[in-house]
Amino acid sequence: MATATHLLTEKEATAHPAGEAVVVRFAGDSGDGMQLTGGQFTLSTALAGNDLSTFPDFPAEIRAPQGTTFGVSAFQINFGSTSIDTAGDQPDVLIAMNPAALNVNAPQVREGGLIIADEGEFTQRNLAKAGYERNPLEDGSLAKWQLVHFNISQLTLDAVKPFGLGNKEALRCKNMWTLGLALWMFDRDRQPIVDWLKQKFAKAPELAEANIAALNAGHAYGETVEMGAPFKQHHLAPAPAEPGLYRTVTGAESLALGLVAGCELAGLNMFFGSYPITPASPLLHHLARLKEFGITTFQAEDEIAAVCAAIGASYAGHLGVTSSSGPGIALKTEAIGLAIMTELPLVVVNSQRGGPSTGLPTKTEQSDLYQAIYGRNADAPVPVLAARSPADAFECAIEACRIATRYMTPVILLTDGYIANAAEPWRVPDMSRYEPFKVSFLNAAPEGGAAMPYSRNGDLARPWIRPGTAGLEHRIGGIEKAPGTGNIDYSPAVHQEMTNTRWAKVAGVAKSIPDQEICLGQEGAELAVVGWGSTFGPIHQAVGRALARGLDVAHVHVRHLWPMPSNMARLLKSFKHILVPEMNMGQFKTVLRDQFLVDAKSLTKVSGHPFRIAEIEAAIDGAIAGGSNARAEGRPMNAPGLKQ
Amino acid sequence: MNDITTLTTAKDWASDQEVRWCPGCGDYAVLKAVQRTMPDLGIAREKTVFISGIGCSSRFPYYMASYGFHTIHGRAPAIATGVKLANPELDVWIITGDGDALSIGGNHTMHVLRRNLDCQILLFNNEIYGLTKGQYSPTSRVGTRSPSTPFGSVDRPVTPCAFALGSGGRFIARGIDVHKNLPDVLKAAHAHRGASFVEIYQNCVVYNDDVFASFTERTVAAEKQLWLKAGEKMLFANGTKGLALDTDRLALKVVAADDPAVLTHDPSNRQLAAMLILMPQEGFPIALGVIYEDPAPTFESSVAEQNKAAASGKQPDLQALVSKGQTWMIAAEPKRL
Repeated sequence: MATATHLLTEKEATAHPAGEAVVVRFAGDSGDGMQLTGGQFTLSTALAGNDLSTFPDFPAEIRAPQGTTFGVSAFQINFGSTSIDTAGDQPDVLIAMNPAALNVNAPQVREGGLIIADEGEFTQRNLAKAGYERNPLEDGSLAKWQLVHFNISQLTLDAVKPFGLGNKEALRCKNMWTLGLALWMFDRDRQPIVDWLKQKFAKAPELAEANIAALNAGHAYGETVEMGAPFKQHHLAPAPAEPGLYRTVTGAESLALGLVAGCELAGLNMFFGSYPITPASPLLHHLARLKEFGITTFQAEDEIAAVCAAIGASYAGHLGVTSSSGPGIALKTEAIGLAIMTELPLVVVNSQRGGPSTGLPTKTEQSDLYQAIYGRNADAPVPVLAARSPADAFECAIEACRIATRYMTPVILLTDGYIANAAEPWRVPDMSRYEPFKVSFLNAAPEGGAAMPYSRNGDLARPWIRPGTAGLEHRIGGIEKAPGTGNIDYSPAVHQEMTNTRWAKVAGVAKSIPDQEICLGQEGAELAVVGWGSTFGPIHQAVGRALARGLDVAHVHVRHLWPMPSNMARLLKSFKHILVPEMNMGQFKTVLRDQFLVDAKSLTKVSGHPFRIAEIEAAIDGAIAGGSNARAEGRPMNAPGLKQ
Repeated sequence: MNDITTLTTAKDWASDQEVRWCPGCGDYAVLKAVQRTMPDLGIAREKTVFISGIGCSSRFPYYMASYGFHTIHGRAPAIATGVKLANPELDVWIITGDGDALSIGGNHTMHVLRRNLDCQILLFNNEIYGLTKGQYSPTSRVGTRSPSTPFGSVDRPVTPCAFALGSGGRFIARGIDVHKNLPDVLKAAHAHRGASFVEIYQNCVVYNDDVFASFTERTVAAEKQLWLKAGEKMLFANGTKGLALDTDRLALKVVAADDPAVLTHDPSNRQLAAMLILMPQEGFPIALGVIYEDPAPTFESSVAEQNKAAASGKQPDLQALVSKGQTWMIAAEPKRL
C-alpha cells in the first residue's frame, strides 16, 4: 500500500482567496469555554448570512489538568461568502488562550496566518506545562505567522471590575472578551450574543452584565487599539444560498428533529431507549425535551436494556429507536438479531467514534461500517444508511423510519462524532412537502382464518400486530418459526426458506430507494471518488477543485450503504478508476469490491480528524496518474512542524 | 373471531401448541396453575402479554393463548419495560428462571424491580441450567456437582427473594410448583400494582430432581412450610409452632404456638420480610406466600404522568419545531454588500 504523505502545497496555502472564506480556530483550556465561544461565534456568523462549517475538537477529559497540552479544547469554524463544505484545512486565524493551546494548534495555522495570544497566561509555570523552554511570544519562533499578543486576562479583569466578581469568576469572562474581539474582526452584530447572555444568566444578572461588559470591551479593544496591518477588520459578504428560512443545526439536533419527523410521517409515537455514551448522548438530551410529540425517552440501565426496551415498544406499537456509539452498538447486537428474527421495526443510530474498545471517544471515525453491515451472528441482514452532514442527518433519520416501518426491520443509521457536534446552516424544511408513510396495524384476522403473523405483503414485510388487538393473539420469539403462523419450527426446509425470505426482504429495500446520483462530474469519468458519511465535505471540495483544473473526476456519495441503489453496479463500472476515501482502513472499499467486483482503491485516515481537502486532492492526482491504495498520513494535528 | 373479554376458562388460556417440557417437569404444574388462575383475574386474553427470556421456563409464552414474546437470554424485563411504557394498559407477565433472571439478566431484574414496573415476574427456580443440560446455576448450593462443576460448585448461591428485596422490590412472594396455594400467590401478585416478584420452587426431574425435597416432601411439608397470611399469626407445623422475634439477637426464633410473642404477619414490614426471606434452613421452616408487599407508584404511571405534564400546553407543531431557535431569512436575490 503506497502512502500519500501530505505536504503543504502552494495551492493549499492559498486555498482561501482573500475575502471569500476564513478559517478561525479558538483554542484554550478545557475550562476556558472555547466550545461556547465557538458556538456563539457560529450563531453570529450564520446570522450574518455566511455559509459555514464547524469542527469542535475537544479532549475526552471533562476538565483535564489546567494548562496542559492534553487539556486543550478547540473550536474551528470555516465561513465565507462562498459555499462551505468543510471546517477548513488550515486556520487563517488562531486565537490561543494559553501556551498549551498555542503549542498544540499553531503548527496547523496557514503560513502567514494570524495568531492572537493572551500574553497574560504566558507565565513561567504555564510555559513549562505546555512544554516551552522559552516564551514563544518573545523568542521569534513564531516568525512564519503574524503574531499579536496582549494581556486578555488583565483586560478582562479591568472590564469586569465594576461588578465585584472574585478573581476566578472574573477571569471566566475571558472567553466573552475574546468573542467580542472576534465579532469586531469580522464586523458582527453583538446584540444576539447580548440577548443570549441575558437569557443564560437570567438568575444572576450581575454575571450577565459582567459578561456583556467583557464582550463590549473586547469589541472596543479591536476598534480603538491601533495594532497595524495584520490586525484589521474583515467583512465577508453573505454567501449565495437558496432563498428561504435558515437556522444553524448540529448533527445531533437535526437527527433528533428527523426522528421526530419520521415518527410523525409514520403516524407513530416514538420510544427512544438509550444509555449515555459519547458522542451519542446529545440525541437523548434533545429528544427528552420533546414530550409533546408523543415521545417517551428511557435512559436504560445499559445498552442492552436500551435496545430491548425499544424492541418491546415497537412490539407494542410505538416506533422503537435506540442510539449509541460503536462499543454500545456491539452490546446491542444480539438484540438487533432478535428484532431481525421477530421482524419488528427498530431504528438504531450509531454515532461513530474512534476505536476499537474505548478508543477515541471524542474523536471521529467511520470504522463501524463492517459492524453495521456484517456485524451480527448468523445471516442477519439489516438496511444501513449514513448521513453525510449535520443537515443531511434530518433526511436520513426520516428515511430510516420509513424503511423500518415499511419493511418491518431494524435499520442502522450511521453518523459520527464529527457530524453530531459540527454545526452548519440549514434551510428549514417545509414539512408539508414530505410524503407521509402512515403505518397500518393489522386489526383483524382474515375472514374465517387465524392470525398469520408471518404472512407477507409484496415487500415481504409481515403484518404489525399490536398486543391488545382481540382475535390476533399470537406468540413471537427468537426461535426459527414457520412461515405464516410463526409457530416454532426449525426443520431444515423452514430455516432455509425463512433465511431466504429475510435476506430477500432486505435486498428488496433497493426497490424503494432512489438511484444513486453523481454529486459532481459525469458518469463514465476517468476517476470516481466514492464516499459515504461525513467525508462528503472534503471530497466535494477536492473533486470540485480537480474539475476546475480540468481533471475528469466525479464525486459519488452513497447514503444507502445496504442494500445499495439498483444502479450502483452499472454506475461504478462506468468509471475507469474508483477511489474511496474513508476514515477507516478501507471498509467501504472492500464492500464495493465484494458487491460489484470493481477495482476500488482506498484512501484511508484514522487520526481522529476529518480529511483535509488537500489530502483528497493529492490522492485524486495520484489515482489518475495510476495510483494504488493510499493513506492520508493522519499526522497528528498537534505535531509540530507541519511544514518542513 | 373470539370475543373473550372477562369470562374465560382455563382452556381458553391454553394455546394450540404442543407443550415440550420433559415428562414430570415442574413447569407443567406452573403452567396449569397460571392457566387456571387467569380466568379469575377478570382480564382479557388480548390485553395479556407473557414475556420470557431463554431457558426451559421461557418456552412458557408459547403455551398461553394470549400475546407472547420469547426474547433473548436475560432481557425479558427490559423488553417488558418497553412494552409497558408503550402501552400501560397491557397486563405484563415476565417468565424467567434462576439463570435467566439472576445470572445473565441480573442487571435487568434489579432495575425492573427498583423502577417498579407494573408486571408479574415469575421466577422458576430449579437451581440448575436445564436447557443447556445441567450446569450449576447462581442459585445452586455450594458443592453442586454438574457437568461444569464435576468436583462441586464452590461459589455461594444468591437468595432470589433477598436479591429482589435489596433491589427495591415492593412485592415479594414464594410458591411451589405443585402446591395448591400457587394460584392464590399468583392472584396476589396480579392484584399488586407494581413489580410483583414471585419465586416458584420448581423441580427439574432430569438434572436436579428433588432438590427442594427437604421442604416439599409430603412427610416434612407441614413442619418445613410456613404459609404467610397478612394479619394472621405466623404458625406452622399444623399450628403447633410459631415464629417470634428474638429481641436480643434481632433475629427470628421458633416458639410454641401459644407463646404470646408469636408474630402476626405484616407484609409491609420490610425488616421482618428480610428476616423471613433469610431464615436458615436448619431448624426453621421456609417462608412461603406473600412475604412483603408495600405498594408505591409504578414506573410507567410516573413516566406517563411526567410526559403528560411536560407536554401540557404545548402544541406538537413539527413545522414550528424545525423552525425553532435563531433563524434568518435569505431573500430570493441575495443582497450583495
